[in-house]
Amino acid sequence: MSEAVPEHLVKSYDQELNKLRNLMTEMGGIVENQVALAAEAILHRDAAAATRAVEEDPKADALEREIEAFAIRLLALRQPVASDLRHIVAALKITGDIERIGDYAANVAKRSIVLSQFNTPFSLAGLAHMATLVQGQLKSIIDALGDNDADKAVEVWRSDQVVDDIYNAIFRELITYMMEDPRNITPCTHLLFIAKNLERIGDHATNIAENLYYAVKGESLPETRPKGDTSAYAVVRPRE
Amino acid sequence: MSATTAAAGTVPGPAKNQRVALALGRRRHRTNLIVKALCVLATLIGLVLLASILITLIYLGGSGLTLNIFTSVTKPPGSNGGLLNAILGTLIQTSIGTIIGTPIGLMVGTYLAEYGRNSALANAIRFVSDVLLSAPSILIGLFIYEICVEPFGGFSGIAGCLALAVIVIPIVVRTTEDMLQLIPPSLREAAVALGAPKWKMIVLICYRAAMDGIVTGVLLAVARIAGETAPLLFTSLGNSSALGSLTTPMSSLPVTIYQYAGSAFEDWVQLAWVGALLITIGVLATNILARFALRGGR
Amino acid sequence: MSQAQGKQGSFGGVQARATNATMNETRIAIQDLDFFYGSNRALKSIKLDFPDKQVTGMIGPSGCGKSTLLRVLNRMYDLYPGQRATGQVMMDGENIIDPSMDLNSLRARIGMVFQKPTPFPMTIYDNIAFGVKLHERLSKAEMDERVEWSLTRGALWEEVKDRLTTSAMGLSGGQQQRLCIARTIAVRPEVILFDEPTSALDPISTLKIEELIDELKHDFTIAIVTHNMQQAARCADQVAFFYLGEMVEVAPAGQMFTAPKQKRTQEYITGRFG
Repeated sequence: MSEAVPEHLVKSYDQELNKLRNLMTEMGGIVENQVALAAEAILHRDAAAATRAVEEDPKADALEREIEAFAIRLLALRQPVASDLRHIVAALKITGDIERIGDYAANVAKRSIVLSQFNTPFSLAGLAHMATLVQGQLKSIIDALGDNDADKAVEVWRSDQVVDDIYNAIFRELITYMMEDPRNITPCTHLLFIAKNLERIGDHATNIAENLYYAVKGESLPETRPKGDTSAYAVVRPRE
Repeated sequence: MSATTAAAGTVPGPAKNQRVALALGRRRHRTNLIVKALCVLATLIGLVLLASILITLIYLGGSGLTLNIFTSVTKPPGSNGGLLNAILGTLIQTSIGTIIGTPIGLMVGTYLAEYGRNSALANAIRFVSDVLLSAPSILIGLFIYEICVEPFGGFSGIAGCLALAVIVIPIVVRTTEDMLQLIPPSLREAAVALGAPKWKMIVLICYRAAMDGIVTGVLLAVARIAGETAPLLFTSLGNSSALGSLTTPMSSLPVTIYQYAGSAFEDWVQLAWVGALLITIGVLATNILARFALRGGR
Repeated sequence: MSQAQGKQGSFGGVQARATNATMNETRIAIQDLDFFYGSNRALKSIKLDFPDKQVTGMIGPSGCGKSTLLRVLNRMYDLYPGQRATGQVMMDGENIIDPSMDLNSLRARIGMVFQKPTPFPMTIYDNIAFGVKLHERLSKAEMDERVEWSLTRGALWEEVKDRLTTSAMGLSGGQQQRLCIARTIAVRPEVILFDEPTSALDPISTLKIEELIDELKHDFTIAIVTHNMQQAARCADQVAFFYLGEMVEVAPAGQMFTAPKQKRTQEYITGRFG
């Protein structure tokens, strides 16, 4: 819940901070759209959606440059302190995270075009579930950004655990498919990368949550985020 | 003097001797007491002198204070005269002298502060004004005698007013110039920055800001001329039976006191004391008024 | 994998504070101005434009000539013999420093607010009316309206509307300075000059006046001299840096404080000299 804060004596300062926040939510909106289109592209083999997802990326990049320049200018001209300073510095970091999310979504979209050439006899339900969760995370954190809502940020921060669990399951599943039939190797490899990109999107959403929490509260979330991605240690033995 | 060259906490020089410090302190204390005592003594001397004058005045003058003083004019000794004409004469001559002298002094002071400032002419005027300020008032009386009494063949009230005005002028010049110079330049610039021509800046802003001080100066001038005797001796001369007028000799309190105090008649001497008391009360009241005008305006 | 546009210096493309900085006409154009205190040349060949309805800030170390320049604009130096200016300062086709310029009407068009608040020793109402009466003849009702308008635009009306007939000397420092601002805008000038207007005030009063300047610039062209660089950063649309009587650099505020072009400007701003 965002706390009621009195306005600055100099109104143009408040207007500029609002503009910064609006630019970020606008960029967040573009990137949310990219992720949705990329999910569409994979799950329903929609090439048009994939193309649109890729085309949105330059817009996000341009906004990132604009936000950075604006934040630097605010630092130079307003000499912010305390919460104002935290918000502006957080904006510089968050905008980088949002831009990476956009890049991952574009990558997923590009891979979906390749994937559509293959026959995938197995179910993509896990991936669909993961995509839904990640989109939910992203929407939550962009909303939290617009409202300066630290509590919502904490929720998003915690929810990454589930996404990591699903990723681990998909990882094992895809390896199993690859072991069963060598013709599955190419599509499954692409699917592995796609799953990894989705998981990374979730991680970046968590980064945004951490930065937002610090900006609002002035202290960091505890070091040990529940990290559940154990795929680095996963071993799947073939059935004899 | 870096921390690495000197040992931590040491300062160069001999160590502080506690007994020497205490002895010096005691000597300072003694000197302080002696000087304080001398100051008190000096104040007491001044107060005693002032008090003795006032007490004498009140005692000797107060006993003769009757309503008759204010209702009947001066009469020959033994006729139960009063001081009415003398009182009125002083009031008239003081007022007219102030009315003539103040505007002149105001304008000269304004010129010195605002226009002439440090020019050669301004410096010369300032010098002359200061000299006039402390000139013996009898000389001023003689001067007015030469130009106003001799040519017209007789003493007159207006000559007395002029003599008093000449005394008023340098006082008002000094006060006006000092008060105007106290005004910060930023106030003047603020008025000019709004588009005010110089004379409006002076009249509407500077005079208002300096008004307290200028009024005080005028009141002090009034107090001064109320008690002046010497200049009136040669100009309005005094009138022993009636008020007189501006074109004939006019009576005044200081001159009357002068005449009565040295006479051999007891009732006249008594009236002289009463007159002295009245002047003293008048001057005191004017001074106190001036002080309150200065403080009240802040 | 990154997009074609890439990251070409994210710190470029700084927006000007005003939306149409280059499209505003010039209200005052200084062309080749020199200023002398006696034989000492205090300003050297100054060339500077003041865009209409924008704030121009002037910064620089002590003695660099910024206050001197400000006081040329409303011919304040005329009060002091021995000070003279040569060159051209053009406003509406007329040269301000030409001796034939009518000073009183010039000062009605170019007002000034000083460092030390200078309320006149009269009532608040009379303070505001003083300047107006010099140039206009208004009825009582019109004057009342003008006083209210000035005090409202000076962000002081609410605080003094019930005591217009009390002495102005009873106001606090911040209020007195706002009174001086209201007094200046009462004559409806085109340009307002601020000479270090907040250096004698506390931080909150300072911010209130900066907000006031933010609002005033919609109707007036503003020039502000300040020895506090951060104030110039907060308030000004374009900033001019002066050093030893010369203008070293003039640029939009965003550019001046993120990437100044001159080395001396960079050194002064970052506190490496001065």
